[in-house]
This record gives sequence, structure tokens and C-alpha cells, in this order.
Amino acid sequence: MKWPSMGYARAKTLAELWSALAALGDGGKIIAGGQTLLATLAFRLSEPGTLIDINGINELRGISTNDQVLRLGALTLHADLCVDPLVKAHAPLLTAAAPLIAHPAIRNRGTLGGSLAYADPAAELSACMVALGATIITASAKGERRIPAAAFFTDLLQTALEPQEIIAAVEIPLTKRLGTIEEITRRSGDYAMAGLVATLALDAERVVAPRLVYFGVGNIPVLAAAASRALEGRSLDRASISAAQAALADDLDPPRDLHGPPEMKRHLARVLTERVLLGFLSPKVQAA
Amino acid sequence: MIPITLTVNGEKVMRHVEPRRHLIDFLRLDLGLTGSHAGCEHGVCGACTLRVNGKIMRGCLILAASLDGAEVVTIEGISESGEVADLQAAFVARNAAQCGFCTPGMVMTAAELLAEGGRPTRGEIREYLSGSYCRCTGYQAIVDAVEDTLRSRSAAP
Repeated sequence: MKWPSMGYARAKTLAELWSALAALGDGGKIIAGGQTLLATLAFRLSEPGTLIDINGINELRGISTNDQVLRLGALTLHADLCVDPLVKAHAPLLTAAAPLIAHPAIRNRGTLGGSLAYADPAAELSACMVALGATIITASAKGERRIPAAAFFTDLLQTALEPQEIIAAVEIPLTKRLGTIEEITRRSGDYAMAGLVATLALDAERVVAPRLVYFGVGNIPVLAAAASRALEGRSLDRASISAAQAALADDLDPPRDLHGPPEMKRHLARVLTERVLLGFLSPKVQAA
Repeated sequence: MIPITLTVNGEKVMRHVEPRRHLIDFLRLDLGLTGSHAGCEHGVCGACTLRVNGKIMRGCLILAASLDGAEVVTIEGISESGEVADLQAAFVARNAAQCGFCTPGMVMTAAELLAEGGRPTRGEIREYLSGSYCRCTGYQAIVDAVEDTLRSRSAAP
């Protein structure tokens, strides 16, 4: 249906944003790309008093690197992640993940910060940030906070953001770790029925510090500790992959949803585990 | 009411809009440009796809109020400019428009893919169009039309 009646204001700087938020109190709601928020307004899932448009705040833009991190401004578009050369060089996992988000027309408007702030449990970028060991940099009138992605997602659609606090940027540590993403959707561009992001290093073919993060199978991106432990120090082969699949039973407790019962999600998670881990092997090894 | 000044199909437009007005209602109801269709109005069907600042977007997921200074191009605009005349002819030749409701969104989306200048496969065309629903289910003919246009454009000198 049509959106509810509401107010609209533009903030051109962070200072303007803090004063607008202070003036509006609980009635103020941030809008960036609006690709999640405006759809929820059409369903009347929320009725904000006033939308505060942050698209004009340049402090929230930009993709840059230093010696240690790749920094992505909160207003980075999904379409930027698809093609940006710095992202491709330093976080190719995101280059691979971004095309899985919705469709071109949505990716041209939807933002990184918005996706993380809405914390949909099936969102690709949330899971990527946990797997990459990223830091979410928040900002408010009180200043900045740095929150590890693994602690940022607290419950279904809930994050560690305080009222009147926004995501300013994300920092991803520069490493030589490998990363890959796979998901299973009913239709291209849909939210995943189940998905997996994995990052790891290979040292003489042995797995070092793997992080398997499943999405669409719980209230938040699920860092599968037992499955990750089952791979640590082992070479990637049928035996270690089977061990990780078996260990998943301790990691996942998927809720029943529109797609099906928990056991179906567990099955999909095991299928993804094999696909993703085999993907790390060279074609020769994979064929063996 | 929020004052906005923007360009629509090359013409400067100044209006006052309610914050709850989305871009499609602004175009259809305030400007009388009814080529962009309001389908699901929550970002799923793609019938409202149009160009904002050179990139395709969902008109139903954009506040008109947020478009001060923006450049909007609709199906009327790219039809008049001739940019997609060949694609539109291919839609006719392939009978790719049945009821016609999804057609403006399909053409806007395919125009962006064609403008990228690559050589997408049939699968890649389908993937690019996957955010646009045709409830006549005429996908085969639509992909045919895009493929034909792609082929004739790459054959042209």
C-alpha cells in the first residue's frame, strides 16, 4: 500500500544529522538508499514520524585503504562493491557477494550501511562482515564506537546500534586469507533459503583459522564454531569436509520459516559446506 | 510539502511534493507521465524501473522528495530519444510485449545491460532481467528480443 504520512528532512553533515535526531527524538528515522526501509513502509511495518535523508553526507562516503584496512563508507552502494577496484584487490569476497544481492536496480540504490543496520538474517553482507572479521564503525553525537562484526548482530533484525547512532563505515583487515560465498535461492535475487560465507588461510594445504558463517538459517549470521574447529589444521579433503558437516549439528538451530522445516535448512547447510569447501581446492585436487 | 527541482526527460521540473509521494506516483499523478507502471509498490516486480542519475532504479522505492537536483529518465524519455528504438522494434518483432504491463521496466532494464556494451550470454540476460516479473510469463520472447538487439548492435560497424 502507499507509504504512511510522514515528515522529511535532509542532513548535509553529521553535525546537522545529530541536531535533527536530537530535535525529533524517537520520531526520527534515518533513510539512506531506502531499499529496505521503504519496502517496510509499504507494508506499514513501521510508521516513522520524520525521515532524515543522509545521502548528502559526504563523511559517510568513500572507499579507501591504508596499511592495515580497507575502509568502506556506509553509503557505499552494492553496485560499487560489484566493480570497485580497491574492493576487488583487497576484499574479493565482497566483489563476489554483491551481485547476489537482489537485482541491478536495487543494487544501484541500496547501501552497505543500510543492509548491515537492518540486519536481515539472510543478508549476504552481514555474513561477509562476520567472516572477514570486519569492524563496524558507528557514529553518534557522543562520538565513534568500533564494534567487531561478530558482536554487532544481536538478535533477529537487531544490532548493537544505540538509538540515534548510525553506521559510519566498515573496516576490513587486509589479509591474504581466502574467501568464498554460496547461497541457495528459489529465484535469482531472492533472499537466500540458506547461504554460507567461508574465509580461511591455507598453509601447506592445511586449513588455518577457518570461519564458516551461515546465513538465512538463524536469527543472525551464525559463526559455526564446531564446524570451523573440525577443519582447523587439516587438509581439505572428503574426510575433513565430512567432519565439518557433522559438526554443524552443534552449530545450527534453524527456525522453521516459509521455505521449510529446520531439517531442510540443516540439509542445505551441509550441501553448502561441501560446495564452498571444495571451491577452495585447486581443480586438480577437486577432481581427485 | 518539500520543494524539489529536478530534470525529467531533459526538462526542468519544479514542484512541491509530500514526503510520502514515491517517484512513480510523482511521475504518473503529478506530471502525467504514465509510462512507468506502479505494480507491487514494494520493490519486487520491476514494472516501475527507470533511470535516476544514469542508473536504473525502482521508482517505487525512491522518495520524490529526495530527488532535488536529480536527473530522471523514464520510458517516455528513452523512447523519444531513439536510444532503444532497435530494442523496441525487436520487442514487436518477437511479440515480447503481451499485456504490456512489465514492458517499460523490461526495456529500461535491458537498455542498461545493452549500454554496458558487453556480450552477455542468454543466461546473463536472464539474470539481469530477473528483477522484472512478466505475469504473462513471456520471458522467452523478451530474452529473444534483447538477444536480437545485442546481436544486431554488435554486428553494426
